Amino acid sequence: MLRKNEEGPRGGRRVVVTGIGVVAPGGIGTKQYWDLLTAGRTATRTITAFDATQFRSRVAAECDFNPVEAGLTQRQIRRWDRTTQFAYVAAREALVDSGIVGELHPERTGVMVGTACGMTISLDHEYAVVSDEGRIWQVDEAHAMPYLYDYFVPSSMAAEVAGLVGAEGPVGIVSTGCTSGIDVVTHAVDLIRDGEADVMIAGASDAAISPITVACFDAIKATTPRNDEPETASRPFDRTRNGFALGEGSAVFVLEEFGHARRRGAHVYAEIAGYASRCNAFSMTGLRPDGVELAAAITGALDLARVDRSEIDYINAHGSATKQNDLHETGAYKRSLGEHAYTTPVSSIKSMIGHSLGAICSLEVAASVLAIEHSVIPPTANLREPDPECDLDYVPLVAREQRTDVVLSVASGFGGFQSAIVLAGPGRWAA
Amino acid sequence: MTAPGTAGTAPARATGTAVVTGLGVVAPNGLGVAEYWAATLRGESGIGRITRFDPAPYSAQLAGEVTLDTASRLPSRLLPQTDRMTQLALIAAEEALADAGADPRQLADYATGVVTAASAGGFEFGQRELEALWSKGGAYVSAYQSFAWFYPVNSGQISIRHGMRGPGSTLVAEQAGGLDAIAKARRHVRDGTALMLAGGVDGSLCPWSWVCMIRSGRVSPVTEPSRAYLPFDLDVTGHVPGEGGALLVVEDPGEARQRGVDRIYGVVAGHAATFDPQPGSGREPGLRRAIELALRDARLSVAEVDVVFADAAGVAALDRVEVDTLATVFGPRAVPVTAPKTMTGRLLGGGAALDVATALLSLRDSVIPPTIHIDRPAFAEAIDLVGSEPREATLTNALVLARGQGGFNSAMVLRRPA
Repeated sequence: MLRKNEEGPRGGRRVVVTGIGVVAPGGIGTKQYWDLLTAGRTATRTITAFDATQFRSRVAAECDFNPVEAGLTQRQIRRWDRTTQFAYVAAREALVDSGIVGELHPERTGVMVGTACGMTISLDHEYAVVSDEGRIWQVDEAHAMPYLYDYFVPSSMAAEVAGLVGAEGPVGIVSTGCTSGIDVVTHAVDLIRDGEADVMIAGASDAAISPITVACFDAIKATTPRNDEPETASRPFDRTRNGFALGEGSAVFVLEEFGHARRRGAHVYAEIAGYASRCNAFSMTGLRPDGVELAAAITGALDLARVDRSEIDYINAHGSATKQNDLHETGAYKRSLGEHAYTTPVSSIKSMIGHSLGAICSLEVAASVLAIEHSVIPPTANLREPDPECDLDYVPLVAREQRTDVVLSVASGFGGFQSAIVLAGPGRWAA
Repeated sequence: MTAPGTAGTAPARATGTAVVTGLGVVAPNGLGVAEYWAATLRGESGIGRITRFDPAPYSAQLAGEVTLDTASRLPSRLLPQTDRMTQLALIAAEEALADAGADPRQLADYATGVVTAASAGGFEFGQRELEALWSKGGAYVSAYQSFAWFYPVNSGQISIRHGMRGPGSTLVAEQAGGLDAIAKARRHVRDGTALMLAGGVDGSLCPWSWVCMIRSGRVSPVTEPSRAYLPFDLDVTGHVPGEGGALLVVEDPGEARQRGVDRIYGVVAGHAATFDPQPGSGREPGLRRAIELALRDARLSVAEVDVVFADAAGVAALDRVEVDTLATVFGPRAVPVTAPKTMTGRLLGGGAALDVATALLSLRDSVIPPTIHIDRPAFAEAIDLVGSEPREATLTNALVLARGQGGFNSAMVLRRPA
C-alpha cells in the first residue's frame, strides 16, 4: 500500500480525487445524490420522457433535470444534447467542489469523458425528422438541423467540457459501453501518472432514455418488465430480479497529481490506487458464470494498489440485476477474493438509480469515494428475497455505518469488457 | 526536465519501447497493405461518386468507398450482427495479426489487447434499425443493434474473434483519435501487456450518416473527383469523407523477439495530444504544442524529422494553421510534407491510423508517397509539399499529424528500426 512519499502505481505519479460533481436520478448535485443513496430510496419510475406504452420495459430512473435551473444558457440548451448538458453541469460542480478554479494551468489540464450512447436522444429525434418517421431511406438533407454533426461524433461533448474548464491538454472520449465510467477515469489517471497532465477533469455521462434504446434492450430482454412496480423494479442479487432498469446521469471528477493537490491545500477525497481491465473474448453480450476475466481485473487492480484482498472494506458492485450478471459477478468475487468474498460488504446502487450505461460506473466511483468520505456504505435496495446462488453480504435495504478506507468498484459490459478500480482513503495512504 | 508536478512543465514521461510488427489496411484505393501501398505510390485515387446509395439529392456526392464484398472474407454468422465498418475492421485485424505472425490464443493469458478509435459507431446498421423502429415499431428492432452500433464495437468483436483478453477500449476524438489509440496501446505495452492491436477502421456511408457529415460544414460540394479534396491548394473546397483505415500490431520488442519476429516496421517513438484554446482567447492553436511535445517524447530535435504526414483538413483556415505551424516549428520548406489521404478522403476514426501505417511503409522503403491533384499550391513558400510523384529520400523519423473537429490535435513520431 502506498505511503505519503512513495511513488504511485507502476512507478509513476500518484493521482487523487479532489472534486466531485453529479447529475443523477433523484437529485442534481452530490449532496442530493448521497442523501438518496444512504436513505436507500429508489428513483426508478414509469418512463415519462416519451410515451413508452409500446415497449416491453417501461421503467427507468430519470433525472429531474431542468437545464435553465441548472444555469445553462438558451444557446447551450438548444444546441447541446442532454448528455452534454449533464456532463457540463457535473463538471462545473466538480470544479467548484475542488476549489481549483483560478489555479488551473490550461496546458497541463485535460478532459476525458466516458459515454456508451453519446447523443442518442437527439439522433433518435433528428432521424425521425429527416426520414419522415422512417418512411424514407434517402433522408432529407433540407430538414437536417445545424448541430447534427455534434451529435454524430460524441467528442463534441468532451470539447464543450474542455471549453468550460479551459483545458488545452489531452481531451477526448473513452467509450467501452457499460464500463466506460471506470475506464475513462483510469485513462485520465494514466495521463497524469505519465506526466501528460497535472489535472484531468474526467467522468462519464449518458442520457439515452429514448425509444431506440428501450427497443434495443427489449430485443434482448436485458431490461426489467416489472412495469406494475416501477419503484422496486431494479432488484440486484434478489431471487426475483429480472433485468436492469435503464437510468441516466453523469458523474465527473477533478483528478489531480497528489503533490499538486497537496501544494494548493486541496481536500483529498481518495486516491485512485489501482485499476485493471480485461476482455472476456467470449460474447458481445453474454457472460460465463465463473467470472474469470472480471476476477482477473480485480486481482490486477489489487496488485497495482498493493492492497491485500483482506483489506477491502467495501465492494461497490456492478449488480445490474440481470440473471446472468449477478451470478457472474458473485463468481468473480469468490474467485478473486476467496473466503474474504463472504465477509466483505457488497452493494449495488443500481437498485436505486438504475443502470445509466456508460455513466453508471462514474456514478459508482462517486458513491465509492463518498463512502470513504462519510464512512457509510450505501445499501442494495429492493433486496428482500435472497437468491441462494448469490450468497454474499449485499447490504440489503439499509445503509451501514462503517469505517471505509479501501473500496473496490467493478464493471462488466457489452463487448466483453471487464474493469475494476481500487480507491483508497486518507486513512490508508496518509498513515 | 524539471521537477515532477510543477505546473506548466512536463515531468519525465513513461519510457519503454513499443514497436510495430504488423499492419492491416483497408483503404478506398487498395485492400491489404501491399495493394494499398502500391496504389498509393502510383498516385491512384479511391475517391468517386457514391455508389452505396443515390447521392443525387445531396449537396455532396463523392466519397472514398472501399470496394469489397465483405461476405466473402468473414464467417457468415458475423455478417448479420455487424456494421460494414466493423466488417472492414475485422478484415484489417486479421491481416495485421497474420503480418506479425501472431496468434493471440498461443500467447499468455491477458497478454494481448485491443484499442481502437471510433467516430459514430455502426451508423449504417443504426439507420436500418431506426427505420424499423419508426416505421414498424419497437418490436422490429434487431437484437444486435445494442452492440452493432456502439462505439467500442470493433474492439469487442476483434477481441472475441482472436481471443484477446487483456485491456480493451475505444477512444473518440473526431479524426484525431487514431493517434491517441496507438499511444494508449503503447502505454499498455509499457505497462506489461505484450501485444496490442491498435488503430482505427471506420466509415459510415448511408444517407443518414451522410446528412450528419454534411452538417460538419467541411465536406466538399464539388462533384468532380479530382477537384474535390484539395488541401493546401488555392482551390480548396473542403474534404471528401471515406471509409477504411488501418490496424497495427504494437508490441514489446523483447516479447516480439521471443515470438521469433525478425521484421519490425518501426518504433512508436513519441506522441502528444493537445486541445485548442477557446475562440477569442488570442492564444495560439494547440497543434504546435502537440508537435513539440511529441518530439520531446521521442527525444528528437526538429532537424531529425524527415517527413511530415499532414492532417490536411482541406479547409482554407485550417490548412493555414497547419502550414504556419509547420513553418514555425521546422522553418519554411525545411521538411517534406505529404498528404496521401488526398487519394482516400478523410476516414473519420480510421484516417490517422492509416497515416501511421503509411508512414511506417515510407520508412521501410525510403520513399515518400505523393499528394495528388494539388495543381495550384497555396503555400509553396512555406511548405515543401510532395507533389504527384513519390519522392525517394533517406528517412529515419516520420511525424504524423491529426486534428479533430472541435479543437483536437494529436501528433505521433515513428522511427525506423535501427
